[in-house]
Amino acid sequence: MHNRVVITGLGVVAPNGIGVAAFREAIKNGISGIRYEEQLAALQFSCQIGGRPPLEEAMLRPYFDELELKQLKASGIIYGVMAGMEAWADAGLPLLQEASPDWDSGTVFGTGTSGVDKFREAVYKLDELQVRRLGSTAVTQTMASGISAFLGGKLGLGNQVTTNSSACTTGAESLLMAYERVKYGHAKRMLAGSTSDSGPYIWGGFDAMKVSTFRHNDRPEAGSRPMSASASGIVPGSGAGALLLESLESALERKAIIYAEVLGGNINSGGQRNGGSMTAPNSEAVQRCITDALIQAGVKAEAIDLINGHLTATGKDAEEVKNWSAALGRSGADFPYLNALKSQIGHCLGASGSIELVAAVLQLKEGFIFPNINCEDLHPDILEYVAPERIPRQLLYKDLHLVAKASFGFGDVNACVILKKYPQP
Amino acid sequence: MDQATFIAELREIVKPYAKNQEALAQISLSTDFINDLKINSANLVDVVLDVEEKYDIVIQNEEMERMLNVQAAMDIVNAKLQEK
Repeated sequence: MHNRVVITGLGVVAPNGIGVAAFREAIKNGISGIRYEEQLAALQFSCQIGGRPPLEEAMLRPYFDELELKQLKASGIIYGVMAGMEAWADAGLPLLQEASPDWDSGTVFGTGTSGVDKFREAVYKLDELQVRRLGSTAVTQTMASGISAFLGGKLGLGNQVTTNSSACTTGAESLLMAYERVKYGHAKRMLAGSTSDSGPYIWGGFDAMKVSTFRHNDRPEAGSRPMSASASGIVPGSGAGALLLESLESALERKAIIYAEVLGGNINSGGQRNGGSMTAPNSEAVQRCITDALIQAGVKAEAIDLINGHLTATGKDAEEVKNWSAALGRSGADFPYLNALKSQIGHCLGASGSIELVAAVLQLKEGFIFPNINCEDLHPDILEYVAPERIPRQLLYKDLHLVAKASFGFGDVNACVILKKYPQP
Repeated sequence: MDQATFIAELREIVKPYAKNQEALAQISLSTDFINDLKINSANLVDVVLDVEEKYDIVIQNEEMERMLNVQAAMDIVNAKLQEK
């Protein structure tokens, strides 16, 4: 007998809202977190806009001690710790000061790349023959698992503490890995999430690949245009999202507020075959990922109310919509509602899946569909598969029962999560 | 440098690293960084770097190894300052 798994806590640090309350308000109102980035302009980037959580030093104080604040340069660790600890507190879990760790709780908290600013500082010192001056945290801030290690210590986690990494699939994958651990009874609670650094040293590679848009430097808030005919590339973003997963039994025992049930999902890869490559998805694999997620979750395609897509604002959006349509066997006015959070916050890379999952869970719990912005000119290839009213441009209040969320990443990797409303009196 | 001045300056340097703030308030020549101030041993290298910066000196590996308490720190710093 496997455990049912529910979500009992949320945390988020996003370009358009820090903390769940601010984030909820922002996504409902279609508030863009994309800003002009002077630093990118000074460094002669083609894309001079980005999404960066508007953090102020005072906001960090509840989460970090004086020494950590003095030493931390890894923005992704800062975002991840804040989101993770918010989710923990939101679930009503205490911060234990006891000597013994919480053996029943762990984390899978992912990242694409960690601590790139710290790494840059370290590399400069090394080349100046100052290896002895790196200090004690060059390793802990740049190791991929830095974020899960920080959270493990702050929360006293005694179960599995690890970091997964699968490019832009990372966040959705972390949730499914955490889900399995709770489902099979290896942990009572797992904190799932992912984080991504801000700034030029993480975004530069995307600029060089020309996947970032260079057409909207003068109109940052209109720059991220998923599903639009005038979409011209991603706007790089950053931040972190976190979701506390827990066995239904444990949640009921604690009388916790339950946001949603994780019914299951699927993770696969297109093997960089049949149109798939390091940077492009194999459509057959995407469709399989979605259909296998439905099978694993035990739900029928016609029951899905809302899709929160990957939808990055590149030329691949139409192909993604086509894949959803083929996998679900639904099109036109029968297509589920569809929205893309990247229209508001850009592409938060390794963090995107987790931030978008937080948005998906809020919509399911509270019965709303956040507006898609910047797609007043829907791409004609998308309209072949979806009736325009299924891509709301304004906030809708709808009773939702099942939400599908997918993320796709470099390496031709895919993940799809099926979430269900958990009726609670 | 006289003892009182050095101890006062060192107190400020080790303040962010010391987990035992009571012991820090009582800091003296015999205070041990790890056992008394409860400084994480990994942070001892940060203390050394901050001391180097404060006095514009370079502390060698062998000296670092024995810089585990206030007395040793003062001896090392004074020796370095006299070499200058």
